[in-house]
This record gives sequence, structure tokens and C-alpha cells, in this order.
Amino acid sequence: MTPVRRQRLILILLMVAGVGTAATFALNSFNDNLMYFFSTTEVAEGQAPKEAKFRLGGMVVEGSISRPNDGIMVRFDLTDFSKVVTVEYTGILPDLFREGQGIVANGRLNKGGVFVAEEVLAKHDENYMPPEVADSLKKPAQQAKMGK
Amino acid sequence: MSIVPAPILRFYHRMASPPHFYSFTDKLLPWLIAIFLLLLAYGLYAGLYLAPTDYQQGDSYRIIYLHVPAAWMSLFIYVIMAMAGAISLIWRMKIAEVVMISSAPIGASFTFVALVTGSLWGKPMWGTWWVWDARLTSELILLFLYLGVISLYGAIEDKRTAARAVAILALVGVVNIPIIHYSVQWWNTLHQGPTVSKMDKPSIHVDMLIPLLVMAVAFKFYYAIAMLQTAKVEILKREQNTQWVKKLLEAKT
Repeated sequence: MTPVRRQRLILILLMVAGVGTAATFALNSFNDNLMYFFSTTEVAEGQAPKEAKFRLGGMVVEGSISRPNDGIMVRFDLTDFSKVVTVEYTGILPDLFREGQGIVANGRLNKGGVFVAEEVLAKHDENYMPPEVADSLKKPAQQAKMGK
Repeated sequence: MSIVPAPILRFYHRMASPPHFYSFTDKLLPWLIAIFLLLLAYGLYAGLYLAPTDYQQGDSYRIIYLHVPAAWMSLFIYVIMAMAGAISLIWRMKIAEVVMISSAPIGASFTFVALVTGSLWGKPMWGTWWVWDARLTSELILLFLYLGVISLYGAIEDKRTAARAVAILALVGVVNIPIIHYSVQWWNTLHQGPTVSKMDKPSIHVDMLIPLLVMAVAFKFYYAIAMLQTAKVEILKREQNTQWVKKLLEAKT
């Protein structure tokens, strides 16, 4: 490699490294803003905004879905397997909404610590499998539960 | 002495010459097209018909056979473009400039396809067409980077100067590629985490995975075909006053 070309190569590497460092610092300082939702632990510990709207993400707790007024208002618990937050939502739920499913709700906390959602989005996980495989995966898990 | 074997080095140097590149791609293209069509036909048949339905999403998940390969290509083409940009800056190689600029519209199209198919899937599954989470936003920035590359190249009259400016833009934008890839791990996002490209074994059933990989390879061939054809036109335009292009045109008419 001629000296001129080597110099150009070094310049390019320096440029890419410089841009990379700048981006790292920028993204680090905006880290909280880039989080799409708060976890239930953060909300339970009071880190989420009190007055403003924010998004809350978590898994729907098994057996927690109820419709207290027999209307379209639905109440369920969300968990990140450490803390639980109760959510109330009036409206149409997405196809993937079910117990054990990850969801993201947009709304605000009321005075009683219940999260009143205006919008509920289902968060799909990264698993893809045929129904038969899903069934056969469930069986050992159920047997383990009964064994306890 | 070089670490690269002599025949490969010779091939590389010959490919740097526009007339050689032109006649070589001319011979290569029919083969690429044949392989692409075979892979595409099998990939679509296996993905849309043979692969089992998903336990949660039913048939809706089948959009991954377009969405995921298109999203992979959007990143892959950008990396190729940036690498060609670096080569053209360091060695001032004409063919690298042509490869770089011919890749941009194809990369932009794949990014657009990934965004649109994702949006179509998002409405029934997530319950929304679009959210501003880290993955979706960084992929949208990638589309703007591609459009920036295309318009910057068009805005500068002298094409060799234009290629140099575009190469720098492409290299600056390469910082976005790891951000897109790791966005789902660094931050909470609505978009799910990686299924195939992770250290662990893929969390997708093998009957669903094989058509996905076939489609990914088919898209790679499509990119090669589209890029080489665009590159041929670009070379003819740039070299229109040279002897070999004149001869070529005389032979064709």
C-alpha cells in the first residue's frame, strides 16, 4: 500500500471511530428517552412520571383478566416477574392480547396506583412454532406445576 | 509478497477495469437470474404453502418471508455500499464508485419494503401501524440515509467528485447499522428481539426457518442482479467517450 493510500485509510478509520464515539455518547445521554416503555418495577418504585402520560410494558398475569362492570372495560395485572401493576382499559384489544402475553399500554396512573390505559399494544415475542409444538411444550410445564 | 493468492489478486485487478467488468457481468447475469428464480420459486412455495402455521399468529406470520429478508438486505446493502465507498476513497477505483452508487436505490427499496411489510403486520398483531420505538425509528433513519446518498450523488455534476462526497456520507451513516441491529437489546422496544441471528439456537421451528433462509439467499441474488444491471448502465454512461464503448455500440447496431 502506498503512503498516500495508507494515509487515506487511516483518515477513514479515524472518521468512522470518531462518529462512532460521538454516537455512543449521544445515545448514552438519551438512554432514558429511547426506552419505549417503563417496566412494572420502575412504576411500583415510583420512577415513572406521576402526572404525565407514559407507556407501561409487562406480561399479563395468568388468571388476572376480569371485566368488573360487564362492559368493555377490562382490568388485568401486568408483571415483570418482580412487581405487579393493575391496568384498566376501555376499548378493543389487539389479536395477540391474552394471558401470559407481553403488552405495552399507554396511559397514566390514577390516585389509587391503578394504570388507566388509553391504548393497549401487544408485544410479540421472538418465538415461532407450529401449534403442535407449542402444545407439546406446554405439557411438561403443566406437569411440573402439578408436581408442586 | 501479498497475503492474497495470485489468481484472486489478478481477478480483482482485471475487474477494476470497466471493459472487463462489463463483459464479465454480461456473461454472469443469466446464471444469477436462473438461480434467483429457482430460489424465489422454492422459497415462496415453501414459505407460503409448505411451512406450518404459527401457534399464536396463524397465517399472519408468513409476512416474515418478505419482511425479515428485506430488513436483512437493507443492512447488508448498506455495509456493501460503505465498503465500496471506502475502497473508492482509498484506491480511487472507478468500479467501486459504480458499485456503491448502484447499490443505493436497491437498498432504499428493501428498506421501504421492510418498513411497509412491518407496518402491515403491526396493525393486526400489535394493534398499531407505527410506533416510535428504537428499532422502527433507526430503520426509518436508514431509509433517509439511502435517500440522502441518492440525492447527493444527483446534486453534484462531476460524477467522480459526487462519488467521493457520497462515499463519506455512506461511511458516516454506517454507525447506524449496529444501532439498528442491537436496538432491540439495548432498549425496551415494541419490536421483538432477534429470532435467528443470535448466539443461542434460533427460536423458530426448523420447518419455518428453512424457507426463511432460502428467501434470504434469493434476495441476495436479486440484489446482485439488480446492482450489476444498474452498474452496467452507469459504466456505459461514464465511459461513453471511450473506444471500447463506441465499439460495443457499433457491434450492437
